[in-house]
Amino acid sequence: MTAQEPIQPAEGCASSTPGGGSRREFLGTAVAAVATALTGCGKLSHEEFLQHNFRELSKDEVRDVIARLEREYKEKYGREVKVTNTAPLPGVIFGYALDLSRCIGCRRCVHACVKENNQSRSPEVQWIRVLELEKEEGVNLQHADQYYDPAEVPREGHFYMPVQCQQCKKPPCVKVCPVGATWREKDGITVVDYNWCIGCRYCMAACPYGARHFNWGEPNLPPDQVNPDTHYLGNRPRPKGVVEKCTFCIQRTRKGLYPACVEICPTGSRKFGNLLDKTSEIRYVLENKRVFKLKEELNTQPNFFYFYGV
Amino acid sequence: MLRNFWQFITDTLRLITRGNRYYYAWIAFLLLLIAIGTGAYIGQVNEGLIVTRMRDQVSWGFYIGNFTFLVGVAAAAIMLVIPAYVYDWEPIKEITILGEMLAISALIMCLGFVMVDIGRPDRFWHIIPLVGRLNWPQSMLAWDVIVLNLYLLLNWFVVTYLLFCAYTDRHYVKKLVLPLVLLSIPMAVSIHTVTAYLYNGLAARPFWNSAILAPRFLASAFCSGPAILLILLQVLRKTTKLSIKDEAIFKIAELMAYTMGFNLFLTAAEAFKELYSGTEHMVYFQYLLFGLKGHTTLVPFAWASILCGLAAFILFLVPRFRTNWTLLNLGCVLIYASVYIEKGMGLIIPGLTPDALGEIYVYRPSYTEVAVAAGIFAIGFLVFTLMLKAAVPMMLGEFTLTRGRRRLDAPEADPV
Repeated sequence: MTAQEPIQPAEGCASSTPGGGSRREFLGTAVAAVATALTGCGKLSHEEFLQHNFRELSKDEVRDVIARLEREYKEKYGREVKVTNTAPLPGVIFGYALDLSRCIGCRRCVHACVKENNQSRSPEVQWIRVLELEKEEGVNLQHADQYYDPAEVPREGHFYMPVQCQQCKKPPCVKVCPVGATWREKDGITVVDYNWCIGCRYCMAACPYGARHFNWGEPNLPPDQVNPDTHYLGNRPRPKGVVEKCTFCIQRTRKGLYPACVEICPTGSRKFGNLLDKTSEIRYVLENKRVFKLKEELNTQPNFFYFYGV
Repeated sequence: MLRNFWQFITDTLRLITRGNRYYYAWIAFLLLLIAIGTGAYIGQVNEGLIVTRMRDQVSWGFYIGNFTFLVGVAAAAIMLVIPAYVYDWEPIKEITILGEMLAISALIMCLGFVMVDIGRPDRFWHIIPLVGRLNWPQSMLAWDVIVLNLYLLLNWFVVTYLLFCAYTDRHYVKKLVLPLVLLSIPMAVSIHTVTAYLYNGLAARPFWNSAILAPRFLASAFCSGPAILLILLQVLRKTTKLSIKDEAIFKIAELMAYTMGFNLFLTAAEAFKELYSGTEHMVYFQYLLFGLKGHTTLVPFAWASILCGLAAFILFLVPRFRTNWTLLNLGCVLIYASVYIEKGMGLIIPGLTPDALGEIYVYRPSYTEVAVAAGIFAIGFLVFTLMLKAAVPMMLGEFTLTRGRRRLDAPEADPV
């Protein structure tokens, strides 16, 4: 549909391996020990400390990293957690559309998302924020309320606007990250390498949609609530001190499933599909409905569209 | 040469461990603060940044506010370098090195504040060029890391070199020092400009996304940095044999009057644009100056900052006032307070409040944040004190390679 920004190669290149090796030697075990002492908990392994940016790992290194993570999750949660590394599907750029005339603000999407994506439950990290807005004011965020709590929704005179990561074509969060811990994949999903993020939160300051969330404390994910089907760049359990965000349920959508929020929505407000597929529902919406993008003046060029279905 | 340098290092170390009881008391006080800060920081590392009051809505707070203020202090060293070297104005020249030492201390505090603000300090190496994966030239934070460290190295080198020359009783090589000192002028401008751009480039935060943010940063820095130095110079000439002429102090005060006037003008220009045009972007100024939806946390601070700034400006503008020691020092304290509030909480918090989705989260630093910050300030003061302790006798020519040993062994009461 639209020209894409050049995307950095997602696959690890062989030539980076020797470089990675020498860097590792340079850093040395002593540094790892100091870092372990610094982090206090003493749980930091050498492998984890020395692991390089995901995009620079060779295929073998990725396999090792995933094996290590699965082992760690098993130890921590007492159950098998599968970490996949499914690559973007060729010829696919994901797009999302949300029908403002249908959304009733029930927030089932919020909770389905938390469950699916293994967010911390206490404090609960929510990737979708549903704004209650006044019909008279329109989309004026200064009049938005995320903490509405009436006995029944929708409330008279109000409409509801769920906001999550807009998967921008020009993501400010990617631009500002000082260490390249976040990037845009070929299918248009902006991801975070939780093992590379240093937790500076510059991306949070840069995001105009409040879509990035930080693990201020140790994520509290009860073992019986773990979703074991995970993706390295998506819903695998997160460590504390790193930023996370909506990935359009990368673990589901790269397998051809809908994101959890689309699946749960009782009113069918949420539409999802391949922007490059002319026959997709998302293309139908874009071509036939009145569509707008949130904060379009900032030129972030979201692949997330709001529309009025009726 | 190398042997002399080792001698220089060991003699410096011996010099900083000896002093009178006031010196020891001061060092002990700083170490106590550092211990308190370290304790608080260990708690933060174990629990996570949740022990701060920052949250997703206000994701930067007291730490980054202090960082921003201190970058200004570091940059302000050139206020002394420019008149000394560019105009070859003698009375200031001998105190230039003090400005450079102040810059070193301020930069160490800056790096400290960045370090305690990151969620994963164990991954600090990710930001080191070549070893990690610095996102340069895209990320302004990558630029900031580079310029801050280069400026630190530059100042460190110049200070060490000048002192080593004094210690070995040689005259420094002007061909080496002058270009470096001149280079430090654009470097100082760049550290504060890049720090301003860090915020400035974010379209998501209209409060920061203003073209005059970097000039405002520089103008305010050129007030607050010298304010610290003016007080310091008076302390130094009372407690050491260092001769600092009244003339030099009054000249710096005069220069400050101009920069303060400019600072106030730029602030007024910004406020006018926001308040008169009255767009939606005004909410951030409203939150800062008048409060929003009943939330008035910042209001008293914002007005205190403005009033302190105005009062200090008048004190520095009128020659009769700025040559009166009491009023001069009062002015220094006022300008320091004004800029500290404005560049710290007054910049970061309204930049993030209301947040991107219009929510007002009221942020106040927690005990941990205040304790950690106190620890970092203590580290900065400690570094500065130790540098001064070694530098003053060397600058005075009292402590040199040949005379140093004798002086160290003589059990006499030490100044400072």
